[in-house]
Amino acid sequence: MRQPCYRSSPVLSVQNLAVARGGATVLAGLSFDVPAGEALILRGPNGVGKTTLLRTLAGLQGAVSGHFECPADEGAYASHADAVKSALTVEENLQFWADIYGNAVPDMVWDQFDIRDLQTRIAGTLSAGQKRRLGLARLGVIKRKVLFLDEPTVSLDGFSVRLFADYLRDQHLAQGGIAIIATHVDLDLAATTLELEPFTATDHQTDTGDEAFL
Amino acid sequence: MIALLHRDLLLATRAGGGFGLGLVFFLIVVVLVPFGVGPETAILSRIAPGILWVAALLAALLSLDRIFALDHEDGSLSLLATAPIPLEAVAVIKAAAHWLTTGVPLAIAAPVLGVLLHLDPSAFGFVVVTLLLGTPALSVIGTFGAALTVGIRRGGLLLSLIVLPLYVPTLIFGAEAVRRGVDGQDTATPLLMLGGITAGAVALLPFATAAVLRMNLR
Repeated sequence: MRQPCYRSSPVLSVQNLAVARGGATVLAGLSFDVPAGEALILRGPNGVGKTTLLRTLAGLQGAVSGHFECPADEGAYASHADAVKSALTVEENLQFWADIYGNAVPDMVWDQFDIRDLQTRIAGTLSAGQKRRLGLARLGVIKRKVLFLDEPTVSLDGFSVRLFADYLRDQHLAQGGIAIIATHVDLDLAATTLELEPFTATDHQTDTGDEAFL
Repeated sequence: MIALLHRDLLLATRAGGGFGLGLVFFLIVVVLVPFGVGPETAILSRIAPGILWVAALLAALLSLDRIFALDHEDGSLSLLATAPIPLEAVAVIKAAAHWLTTGVPLAIAAPVLGVLLHLDPSAFGFVVVTLLLGTPALSVIGTFGAALTVGIRRGGLLLSLIVLPLYVPTLIFGAEAVRRGVDGQDTATPLLMLGGITAGAVALLPFATAAVLRMNLR
Protein backbone atom coordinates (compact mmCIF):
# COMPACT_ATOMS: atom_id res chain seq x y z
CA MET A 1 0.00 0.00 0.00
CA ARG A 2 2.97 2.26 -0.56
CA GLN A 3 2.07 5.54 -2.18
CA PRO A 4 3.68 6.18 -5.52
CA CYS A 5 6.50 8.69 -5.70
CA TYR A 6 6.73 10.32 -9.09
CA ARG A 7 10.18 10.96 -10.39
CA SER A 8 9.62 14.26 -12.16
CA SER A 9 7.91 16.01 -9.26
CA PRO A 10 10.16 18.72 -7.79
CA VAL A 11 8.07 19.26 -4.68
CA LEU A 12 6.38 17.34 -1.95
CA SER A 13 2.69 17.57 -2.67
CA VAL A 14 -0.01 16.20 -0.38
CA GLN A 15 -3.66 16.08 -1.41
CA ASN A 16 -6.56 15.31 0.90
CA LEU A 17 -4.49 12.81 2.88
CA ALA A 18 -5.88 10.81 5.79
CA VAL A 19 -3.63 8.76 8.05
CA ALA A 20 -4.39 6.14 10.70
CA ARG A 21 -2.68 4.86 13.81
CA GLY A 22 -3.64 1.49 15.27
CA GLY A 23 -6.61 1.22 12.92
CA ALA A 24 -8.16 4.57 13.92
CA THR A 25 -7.97 7.53 11.55
CA VAL A 26 -6.21 10.37 13.37
CA LEU A 27 -5.80 13.03 10.68
CA ALA A 28 -7.95 13.64 7.61
CA GLY A 29 -8.24 16.18 4.81
CA LEU A 30 -4.59 17.23 4.84
CA SER A 31 -3.44 19.13 1.77
CA PHE A 32 -0.21 21.05 1.44
CA ASP A 33 2.71 21.62 -0.94
CA VAL A 34 6.31 22.07 0.08
CA PRO A 35 8.48 23.51 -2.71
CA ALA A 36 12.18 22.75 -3.01
CA GLY A 37 14.33 24.59 -0.49
CA GLU A 38 11.58 25.03 2.07
CA ALA A 39 10.73 23.49 5.40
CA LEU A 40 7.38 22.70 6.97
CA ILE A 41 7.02 22.59 10.76
CA LEU A 42 4.26 20.32 12.08
CA ARG A 43 2.72 21.39 15.36
CA GLY A 44 -0.01 19.99 17.53
CA PRO A 45 -0.59 18.44 20.93
CA ASN A 46 0.69 14.95 21.82
CA GLY A 47 -1.18 12.21 20.02
CA VAL A 48 -2.50 14.44 17.25
CA GLY A 49 -0.72 12.31 14.66
CA LYS A 50 2.57 14.05 13.86
CA THR A 51 4.59 10.83 13.95
CA THR A 52 1.88 8.93 12.06
CA LEU A 53 1.87 11.56 9.31
CA LEU A 54 5.68 11.48 9.04
CA ARG A 55 5.76 7.67 8.91
CA THR A 56 3.08 7.68 6.21
CA LEU A 57 4.97 10.22 4.11
CA ALA A 58 8.20 8.23 4.58
CA GLY A 59 6.45 5.15 3.18
CA LEU A 60 6.51 3.08 6.38
CA GLN A 61 2.73 2.77 6.44
CA GLY A 62 -0.07 3.23 3.97
CA ALA A 63 -2.43 6.19 3.84
CA VAL A 64 -6.14 5.70 4.57
CA SER A 65 -7.18 7.91 1.68
CA GLY A 66 -5.84 10.70 -0.48
CA HIS A 67 -2.41 10.66 -2.04
CA PHE A 68 0.92 12.41 -2.00
CA GLU A 69 3.77 12.87 -4.41
CA CYS A 70 7.41 13.19 -3.56
CA PRO A 71 10.63 12.89 -5.58
CA ALA A 72 11.45 9.21 -6.05
CA ASP A 73 14.15 7.68 -3.87
CA GLU A 74 14.82 10.95 -2.11
CA GLY A 75 13.00 10.50 1.21
CA ALA A 76 14.74 9.89 4.52
CA TYR A 77 13.09 9.35 7.86
CA ALA A 78 14.53 10.15 11.29
CA SER A 79 12.51 8.85 14.22
CA HIS A 80 12.50 9.40 17.98
CA ALA A 81 15.06 6.59 18.20
CA ASP A 82 18.60 7.32 17.07
CA ALA A 83 19.33 3.94 15.44
CA VAL A 84 22.77 4.09 17.00
CA LYS A 85 24.46 0.73 17.62
CA SER A 86 26.08 1.00 21.03
CA ALA A 87 28.68 -1.72 20.38
CA LEU A 88 30.10 0.13 17.35
CA THR A 89 32.24 3.26 17.34
CA VAL A 90 30.83 6.60 16.20
CA GLU A 91 32.75 6.31 12.95
CA GLU A 92 31.56 2.74 12.28
CA ASN A 93 27.97 3.82 12.86
CA LEU A 94 28.18 6.58 10.27
CA GLN A 95 30.21 4.49 7.84
CA PHE A 96 27.48 1.82 7.91
CA TRP A 97 24.78 4.25 6.78
CA ALA A 98 27.14 5.74 4.20
CA ASP A 99 27.74 2.26 2.74
CA ILE A 100 24.04 1.42 2.72
CA TYR A 101 23.33 4.58 0.72
CA GLY A 102 26.44 4.15 -1.43
CA ASN A 103 28.08 7.37 -0.22
CA ALA A 104 31.32 8.24 1.51
CA VAL A 105 31.26 10.00 4.88
CA PRO A 106 31.92 13.66 4.01
CA ASP A 107 34.60 15.19 6.21
CA MET A 108 32.52 18.26 7.07
CA VAL A 109 29.88 16.11 8.80
CA TRP A 110 32.15 15.74 11.83
CA ASP A 111 32.14 19.51 12.40
CA GLN A 112 28.56 20.16 11.31
CA PHE A 113 27.29 17.93 14.09
CA ASP A 114 30.16 18.59 16.50
CA ILE A 115 31.20 14.93 16.80
CA ARG A 116 34.81 15.12 15.59
CA ASP A 117 36.17 14.54 19.09
CA LEU A 118 33.93 11.48 19.50
CA GLN A 119 34.99 9.78 16.26
CA THR A 120 36.66 6.74 17.81
CA ARG A 121 34.46 6.45 20.91
CA ILE A 122 32.21 3.41 21.36
CA ALA A 123 28.69 4.75 20.83
CA GLY A 124 27.46 3.03 23.99
CA THR A 125 29.54 5.42 26.09
CA LEU A 126 27.97 8.56 24.59
CA SER A 127 25.53 10.78 26.46
CA ALA A 128 21.94 11.08 25.23
CA GLY A 129 22.65 14.39 23.51
CA GLN A 130 25.82 13.08 21.86
CA LYS A 131 23.92 10.03 20.62
CA ARG A 132 21.26 12.32 19.20
CA ARG A 133 23.92 14.33 17.35
CA LEU A 134 25.30 11.08 15.94
CA GLY A 135 21.79 10.04 14.90
CA LEU A 136 21.28 13.39 13.13
CA ALA A 137 24.72 13.20 11.51
CA ARG A 138 23.31 10.22 9.57
CA LEU A 139 21.23 12.77 7.63
CA GLY A 140 24.39 14.57 6.54
CA VAL A 141 25.86 11.27 5.37
CA ILE A 142 22.95 9.83 3.39
CA LYS A 143 22.26 13.14 1.58
CA ARG A 144 18.59 12.71 0.84
CA LYS A 145 16.60 15.65 -0.52
CA VAL A 146 13.38 15.12 1.47
CA LEU A 147 13.77 14.75 5.23
CA PHE A 148 10.99 13.61 7.56
CA LEU A 149 12.20 14.57 11.03
CA ASP A 150 10.37 13.48 14.16
CA GLU A 151 11.37 15.63 17.16
CA PRO A 152 14.96 15.98 15.95
CA THR A 153 16.06 18.20 18.84
CA VAL A 154 15.04 15.97 21.76
CA SER A 155 17.83 15.88 24.40
CA LEU A 156 19.94 18.44 22.52
CA ASP A 157 21.27 21.51 24.35
CA GLY A 158 20.78 25.03 23.01
CA PHE A 159 24.11 25.09 21.20
CA SER A 160 23.45 21.79 19.44
CA VAL A 161 19.95 22.89 18.45
CA ARG A 162 21.45 25.97 16.77
CA LEU A 163 24.09 23.77 15.14
CA PHE A 164 21.42 21.50 13.71
CA ALA A 165 19.27 24.44 12.59
CA ASP A 166 22.34 25.89 10.85
CA TYR A 167 22.88 22.58 9.06
CA LEU A 168 19.26 22.47 7.91
CA ARG A 169 19.23 26.12 6.77
CA ASP A 170 22.69 26.52 5.25
CA GLN A 171 23.28 23.04 3.86
CA HIS A 172 20.12 21.08 3.36
CA LEU A 173 17.55 23.74 2.42
CA ALA A 174 20.10 25.93 0.65
CA GLN A 175 20.80 23.04 -1.72
CA GLY A 176 17.15 22.69 -2.64
CA GLY A 177 16.20 20.12 -0.03
CA ILE A 178 12.85 19.76 1.70
CA ALA A 179 12.30 19.13 5.40
CA ILE A 180 9.08 18.18 7.20
CA ILE A 181 9.77 18.61 10.91
CA ALA A 182 7.63 17.73 13.91
CA THR A 183 9.02 19.84 16.72
CA HIS A 184 8.07 22.03 19.66
CA VAL A 185 11.37 23.93 19.60
CA ASP A 186 11.87 27.12 17.62
CA LEU A 187 14.52 26.16 15.06
CA ASP A 188 14.76 29.71 13.68
CA LEU A 189 14.14 28.51 10.12
CA ALA A 190 12.25 30.40 7.45
CA ALA A 191 9.58 27.74 7.50
CA THR A 192 5.83 27.45 7.17
CA THR A 193 4.09 26.14 10.26
CA LEU A 194 1.20 23.73 9.91
CA GLU A 195 -1.10 23.38 12.92
CA LEU A 196 -2.43 19.82 12.79
CA GLU A 197 -5.20 20.04 15.35
CA PRO A 198 -7.89 21.37 12.93
CA PHE A 199 -7.35 18.26 10.78
CA THR A 200 -8.11 15.79 13.55
CA ALA A 201 -10.44 13.12 12.17
CA THR A 202 -13.85 13.25 13.78
CA ASP A 203 -15.15 9.78 12.98
CA HIS A 204 -12.80 7.33 14.66
CA GLN A 205 -13.93 4.46 12.53
CA THR A 206 -12.12 1.25 13.29
CA ASP A 207 -10.43 -0.35 10.35
CA THR A 208 -10.52 -4.13 10.77
CA GLY A 209 -7.53 -4.30 8.49
CA ASP A 210 -8.25 -7.38 6.42
CA GLU A 211 -5.33 -6.45 4.20
CA ALA A 212 -3.17 -8.11 6.81
CA PHE A 213 -4.44 -11.40 5.46
CA LEU A 214 -3.75 -10.67 1.82
CA MET B 1 24.16 -5.19 1.42
CA ILE B 2 27.71 -6.22 2.22
CA ALA B 3 27.73 -3.30 4.65
CA LEU B 4 24.78 -4.78 6.54
CA LEU B 5 26.41 -8.22 6.71
CA HIS B 6 29.66 -6.64 7.85
CA ARG B 7 27.86 -4.64 10.54
CA ASP B 8 25.89 -7.64 11.82
CA LEU B 9 29.00 -9.82 12.02
CA LEU B 10 30.86 -7.00 13.76
CA LEU B 11 28.00 -6.55 16.24
CA ALA B 12 27.88 -10.31 16.90
CA THR B 13 31.55 -10.48 17.76
CA ARG B 14 31.62 -7.34 19.92
CA ALA B 15 30.79 -7.48 23.62
CA GLY B 16 27.21 -8.57 24.25
CA GLY B 17 26.80 -9.68 20.64
CA GLY B 18 25.92 -13.26 21.49
CA PHE B 19 28.41 -14.89 19.13
CA GLY B 20 29.47 -17.50 21.69
CA LEU B 21 25.98 -17.98 23.11
CA GLY B 22 24.86 -20.81 20.81
CA LEU B 23 28.26 -22.45 20.88
CA VAL B 24 28.47 -22.50 24.68
CA PHE B 25 24.91 -23.83 24.92
CA PHE B 26 25.83 -26.59 22.45
CA LEU B 27 28.89 -27.45 24.55
CA ILE B 28 26.89 -27.57 27.78
CA VAL B 29 24.18 -29.87 26.39
CA VAL B 30 26.71 -32.26 24.88
CA VAL B 31 28.76 -32.35 28.08
CA LEU B 32 25.68 -32.94 30.26
CA VAL B 33 24.13 -35.76 28.21
CA PRO B 34 26.69 -38.44 29.22
CA PHE B 35 26.06 -37.54 32.89
CA GLY B 36 22.34 -38.03 32.41
CA VAL B 37 22.43 -41.12 30.19
CA GLY B 38 25.29 -42.92 31.88
CA PRO B 39 28.73 -43.93 30.66
CA GLU B 40 27.79 -46.94 28.47
CA THR B 41 29.64 -46.22 25.25
CA ALA B 42 27.31 -48.37 23.15
CA ILE B 43 24.25 -46.32 24.12
CA LEU B 44 26.09 -43.01 23.81
CA SER B 45 27.48 -43.64 20.36
CA ARG B 46 24.04 -44.83 19.24
CA ILE B 47 22.27 -41.63 20.35
CA ALA B 48 25.16 -39.25 19.55
CA PRO B 49 23.96 -38.12 16.07
CA GLY B 50 20.50 -37.33 17.43
CA ILE B 51 21.88 -35.49 20.47
CA LEU B 52 24.23 -33.41 18.33
CA TRP B 53 21.41 -32.47 15.97
CA VAL B 54 18.91 -31.62 18.72
CA ALA B 55 21.55 -29.59 20.58
CA ALA B 56 22.51 -27.72 17.42
CA LEU B 57 18.86 -26.97 16.70
CA LEU B 58 18.22 -25.61 20.19
CA ALA B 59 21.45 -23.61 20.07
CA ALA B 60 20.34 -22.01 16.81
CA LEU B 61 16.94 -21.25 18.39
CA LEU B 62 18.59 -19.47 21.29
CA SER B 63 19.84 -16.47 19.33
CA LEU B 64 16.86 -16.06 16.98
CA ASP B 65 15.03 -13.34 18.87
CA ARG B 66 18.02 -11.02 18.55
CA ILE B 67 17.86 -11.03 14.76
CA PHE B 68 15.32 -8.20 14.43
CA ALA B 69 14.46 -7.26 18.04
CA LEU B 70 17.60 -5.18 18.65
CA ASP B 71 17.25 -3.33 15.34
CA HIS B 72 13.59 -2.70 16.11
CA GLU B 73 14.32 -1.32 19.58
CA ASP B 74 16.90 1.24 18.48
CA GLY B 75 14.93 2.29 15.39
CA SER B 76 17.38 0.86 12.83
CA LEU B 77 14.72 -1.38 11.32
CA SER B 78 12.48 1.53 10.28
CA LEU B 79 15.48 3.25 8.75
CA LEU B 80 16.55 0.10 6.93
CA ALA B 81 12.99 -0.22 5.60
CA THR B 82 13.26 3.26 4.09
CA ALA B 83 16.86 2.78 2.91
CA PRO B 84 17.61 2.01 -0.75
CA ILE B 85 17.94 -1.74 -0.21
CA PRO B 86 14.93 -4.06 -0.52
CA LEU B 87 13.63 -5.61 2.69
CA GLU B 88 13.95 -9.02 1.02
CA ALA B 89 17.69 -8.41 0.87
CA VAL B 90 17.69 -7.36 4.52
CA ALA B 91 15.96 -10.67 5.35
CA VAL B 92 18.54 -12.69 3.40
CA ILE B 93 21.47 -10.83 4.96
CA LYS B 94 20.08 -11.19 8.48
CA ALA B 95 19.64 -14.94 7.95
CA ALA B 96 23.14 -15.21 6.48
CA ALA B 97 24.64 -13.36 9.44
CA HIS B 98 22.79 -15.66 11.84
CA TRP B 99 24.02 -18.72 9.97
CA LEU B 100 27.64 -17.51 9.91
CA THR B 101 27.58 -16.78 13.64
CA THR B 102 25.73 -19.95 14.77
CA GLY B 103 25.36 -22.60 12.05
CA VAL B 104 28.95 -22.63 10.82
CA PRO B 105 30.60 -22.63 14.29
CA LEU B 106 28.20 -25.41 15.39
CA ALA B 107 29.07 -27.54 12.38
CA ILE B 108 32.78 -27.08 13.04
CA ALA B 109 32.46 -27.82 16.76
CA ALA B 110 30.19 -30.85 16.33
CA PRO B 111 32.85 -33.51 15.56
CA VAL B 112 35.02 -32.24 18.41
CA LEU B 113 32.14 -32.53 20.84
CA GLY B 114 31.12 -35.80 19.20
CA VAL B 115 34.16 -37.34 20.87
CA LEU B 116 32.50 -36.71 24.24
CA LEU B 117 29.51 -38.76 23.04
CA HIS B 118 31.61 -41.60 21.60
CA LEU B 119 30.44 -40.69 18.16
CA ASP B 120 31.72 -43.20 15.62
CA PRO B 121 34.71 -41.61 13.81
CA SER B 122 33.16 -42.57 10.48
CA ALA B 123 30.23 -40.28 11.32
CA PHE B 124 32.32 -37.09 11.79
CA GLY B 125 32.10 -36.22 8.11
CA PHE B 126 28.37 -36.87 7.99
CA VAL B 127 27.72 -34.68 11.05
CA VAL B 128 29.61 -31.75 9.53
CA VAL B 129 28.02 -32.13 6.10
CA THR B 130 24.46 -32.51 7.38
CA LEU B 131 24.84 -29.56 9.76
CA LEU B 132 26.30 -27.36 7.03
CA LEU B 133 23.47 -28.43 4.72
CA GLY B 134 20.69 -28.15 7.30
CA THR B 135 21.53 -25.12 9.44
CA PRO B 136 20.89 -22.55 6.66
CA ALA B 137 17.26 -23.71 6.74
CA LEU B 138 17.22 -23.24 10.53
CA SER B 139 18.52 -19.66 10.13
CA VAL B 140 16.12 -18.73 7.32
CA ILE B 141 13.06 -20.23 9.04
CA GLY B 142 14.15 -18.60 12.29
CA THR B 143 14.51 -15.21 10.60
CA PHE B 144 10.94 -15.54 9.39
CA GLY B 145 9.80 -16.36 12.93
CA ALA B 146 11.78 -13.42 14.30
CA ALA B 147 10.08 -11.11 11.80
CA LEU B 148 6.66 -12.39 12.87
CA THR B 149 7.33 -11.60 16.53
CA VAL B 150 9.39 -8.44 16.07
CA GLY B 151 7.12 -5.94 17.78
CA ILE B 152 6.15 -8.19 20.67
CA ARG B 153 7.71 -7.74 24.10
CA ARG B 154 9.16 -11.01 25.37
CA GLY B 155 8.29 -12.64 22.07
CA GLY B 156 10.85 -15.40 22.60
CA LEU B 157 8.35 -18.01 23.76
CA LEU B 158 5.98 -17.33 20.87
CA LEU B 159 8.93 -17.40 18.50
CA SER B 160 9.98 -20.86 19.76
CA LEU B 161 6.43 -22.19 19.44
CA ILE B 162 6.17 -20.94 15.87
CA VAL B 163 9.60 -22.02 14.73
CA LEU B 164 10.12 -25.42 16.41
CA PRO B 165 7.47 -27.34 14.39
CA LEU B 166 8.99 -25.91 11.22
CA TYR B 167 12.39 -27.22 12.32
CA VAL B 168 11.17 -30.83 12.62
CA PRO B 169 11.70 -31.94 8.99
CA THR B 170 15.27 -30.58 8.99
CA LEU B 171 15.97 -32.42 12.26
CA ILE B 172 14.50 -35.71 11.01
CA PHE B 173 16.42 -35.81 7.74
CA GLY B 174 19.63 -34.41 9.25
CA ALA B 175 19.83 -36.98 12.04
CA GLU B 176 18.64 -39.75 9.72
CA ALA B 177 21.42 -39.03 7.23
CA VAL B 178 24.07 -39.28 9.96
CA ARG B 179 22.54 -42.51 11.35
CA ARG B 180 22.48 -44.14 7.92
CA GLY B 181 26.03 -42.97 7.28
CA VAL B 182 27.23 -44.67 10.46
CA ASP B 183 25.36 -47.88 9.60
CA GLY B 184 26.84 -47.89 6.12
CA GLN B 185 23.46 -47.47 4.43
CA ASP B 186 22.59 -45.26 1.46
CA THR B 187 22.47 -41.60 2.60
CA ALA B 188 21.40 -40.03 -0.70
CA THR B 189 17.67 -39.76 0.10
CA PRO B 190 17.88 -37.96 3.48
CA LEU B 191 20.70 -35.73 2.19
CA LEU B 192 18.62 -34.77 -0.86
CA MET B 193 15.60 -34.07 1.35
CA LEU B 194 17.75 -31.99 3.69
CA GLY B 195 19.22 -30.01 0.80
CA GLY B 196 15.76 -29.62 -0.73
CA ILE B 197 14.30 -28.20 2.47
CA THR B 198 17.18 -25.73 2.75
CA ALA B 199 16.95 -24.71 -0.91
CA GLY B 200 13.19 -24.23 -0.68
CA ALA B 201 13.41 -22.22 2.53
CA VAL B 202 16.21 -19.99 1.23
CA ALA B 203 14.35 -19.38 -2.03
CA LEU B 204 10.89 -18.60 -0.63
CA LEU B 205 11.01 -17.46 2.97
CA PRO B 206 12.90 -14.14 2.52
CA PHE B 207 9.86 -12.84 0.60
CA ALA B 208 7.54 -13.89 3.42
CA THR B 209 9.93 -12.35 5.96
CA ALA B 210 9.96 -9.02 4.13
CA ALA B 211 6.16 -8.99 3.81
CA VAL B 212 5.76 -9.69 7.52
CA LEU B 213 8.28 -6.97 8.42
CA ARG B 214 6.37 -4.40 6.36
CA MET B 215 3.21 -5.29 8.25
CA ASN B 216 4.88 -5.17 11.65
CA LEU B 217 6.50 -1.79 10.94
CA ARG B 218 3.17 -0.06 10.27
